[in-house]
Amino acid sequence: MTGPGAVPLGQRINFWIEDGLGAIVRSPVGSRLRRWGVTGKALVASVPFFWLLLFFLIPFVIVLKISFSDSVIAMPPYQPLFGWASEKVLEIKLNFGNYAFLIEDNLYIKAYLNSIFVAAVSTLLCLLIGYPMAYAIARSNAATRNVLLLLVILPFWTSFLLRVYAWIGILKNNGLINNTLMSLGLIDQPIQMLQTDFAVYVGIVYSYLPFMILPLYANLEKMDLTLLEAAADLGCKPWQAFLKVTLPLSLPGIIAGCLLVFIPAVGEFVIPALLGDPGMLMIGKVLWTEFFNNRDWPVASAVAIALLLFLVIPIMFFQRAQDAESAGVHK
Amino acid sequence: MRAAIRAATATFLAVLVLAGCGRKPSTPEAGPPATAEEKVLNVYNWSDYIDPAVIEAFQKETGIAVRYDVFDSNEVLETKLLTGKSGYDVVVPSAYFLERQVQAGVFRKLDKTRLAGLANLDPGLQASVARHDPGNEHGVIYMWGTTGIGYDADRIAAIMPDAPTDSWSLVLDPAVVSKFQGCGVSFLDDPTDMVGTVLLWLGKDPNSQSEDDLKLAEEALLKIRPYIRTIHSSQYIEDLANGEVCIAVGYSGDVLLARDRAAEAGKELDIRYVIPREGALMWFDTLAIPADAAHPNNAHAFIDYLLRPDVAAANSNYVNYATANTEALALVNDELRNDTGIYPTPEVKERLQPNLAKSAEFTRSLNRAWTRFVTGR
Repeated sequence: MTGPGAVPLGQRINFWIEDGLGAIVRSPVGSRLRRWGVTGKALVASVPFFWLLLFFLIPFVIVLKISFSDSVIAMPPYQPLFGWASEKVLEIKLNFGNYAFLIEDNLYIKAYLNSIFVAAVSTLLCLLIGYPMAYAIARSNAATRNVLLLLVILPFWTSFLLRVYAWIGILKNNGLINNTLMSLGLIDQPIQMLQTDFAVYVGIVYSYLPFMILPLYANLEKMDLTLLEAAADLGCKPWQAFLKVTLPLSLPGIIAGCLLVFIPAVGEFVIPALLGDPGMLMIGKVLWTEFFNNRDWPVASAVAIALLLFLVIPIMFFQRAQDAESAGVHK
Repeated sequence: MRAAIRAATATFLAVLVLAGCGRKPSTPEAGPPATAEEKVLNVYNWSDYIDPAVIEAFQKETGIAVRYDVFDSNEVLETKLLTGKSGYDVVVPSAYFLERQVQAGVFRKLDKTRLAGLANLDPGLQASVARHDPGNEHGVIYMWGTTGIGYDADRIAAIMPDAPTDSWSLVLDPAVVSKFQGCGVSFLDDPTDMVGTVLLWLGKDPNSQSEDDLKLAEEALLKIRPYIRTIHSSQYIEDLANGEVCIAVGYSGDVLLARDRAAEAGKELDIRYVIPREGALMWFDTLAIPADAAHPNNAHAFIDYLLRPDVAAANSNYVNYATANTEALALVNDELRNDTGIYPTPEVKERLQPNLAKSAEFTRSLNRAWTRFVTGR
């Protein structure tokens, strides 16, 4: 098949953007741009950079700035970092006390570690449930596959909050599960499920499962099936072939899926607040208390920055190690 | 506060704060001349906290178009106000929040010459609010209420016939509250209200800012932590109504709402609200005008309209909370007016105390102690 229909939409859009921007660069106006080394490709690449700058870096810098400030009763409730000490002397006050405070009080470390634990368990559960599902979708025939994929994405068409509220109805003492079990005579007393850690795991796994399935599916679907035939020819039983061929090859998909589940789960606030025991200490709740109850924007910002650093730096090292490894393999 | 009908929680609001950023009703400009003000008013009030007919009547009478937005927690309102340029002309913070917002310079001083209806307000309640807002210069009482105990009388009697239902011991004495662990006890997730209440029970000043008193309160709270099932500021309405809990520390009107919900669902629950004999904290929701409001004249007109006796009575009837408007009392439904949980008798009123704002340092210790309590299961 030739013709434009054969090209995936994403690529086509890229062509359009590149063509369009290329036309600008080739135009008389563009000659000046070219002189500065601006090409169509660079312009295309600049779009996501601009996006990150606007919606990630600038907010990050604002939060970082507030984290070095002092809390005051004013509008806004923190002191400006910069001030004119005299007409010509610019004064910059950086208050590191907010970060010191995070270490002094064990609340933050405890909440952080507990959040990581909850996120890790949820990620593992997502992987155990999501891998077989992704595998089944990737190996099914094309028509079924599209239906199955649609079913995975379908919940996104309803509000996330509504779906969590639905779980309240399912798990509560006179909810769906307990009423069913009681009418069947299996239990006399309702089982307390809502406001337990169990409910939090159910909520997180349910909400984030698609983020595990989709990258795994994308990876498994691309796999060269002749490798499995070769493994069989060389005497591998199917489960051995899975462990020795499929699983290692799907590692990038596993990592991508795990990161997509783990990172938002660490900062999860809504699910524990609605389904969990109030005693479950999570960093999202601590951040909320700092910001809204203590009205201490600087400490809240410091918590946010610390959380980001604790999460991003290990992941960056991990990513780098991965890249180095795959570069080594291809040599 | 607590304009109850909230299935949504504070949590939900966290999301709304973010979502709400984009929808500022108008851009405020600095001090428009008194005469030339466009016929628009931007109001930000608690959800389900006004009789909709009141807004319509006001629009018809004055020709001022009211743009009405709602919030579900003081924290959300405060964040908008502290960020500045909220775009609202009338907001409804609780007095506890009003107090620290006044200190931050959020509000414009009221022009009392334009609020003839102020004379209708109960002087005693005005004096209580003046402890938050000296001279009542920034806030006008909209509704008020108390933080007491809601309970299912039949289930309490079945478990403990001589239960001290007129005392905070019902929920704070380990020997008593432990008996009700099985049928469910709910606390508010509100550190200042709860710690203040415990201090009242201990015979201390509920507004004490002493670390020693806080420590005593924390010790008392930790002793009963194992018996508390939920700690949440609105879920107990639903939970009381469908029997998930049988005792809830809660806000007056919300407990009443739980009773009505149970009746609507066809359940015969004898849900009662009590202001314990040791006393209780009272709260006020106040009407205030942000300093950067674009339509201060319309705002004054609206507040004065809400102070009319017939309007105040209509709102009280609609939202099931008490109005502070003495002239309106005669126009309030008999059932509501005679409910001593909502309109306490003068003797009970004497035992009520305002919940004053605390210093930033004490607030931090308080919230830290509260976190230890909540997570100390």
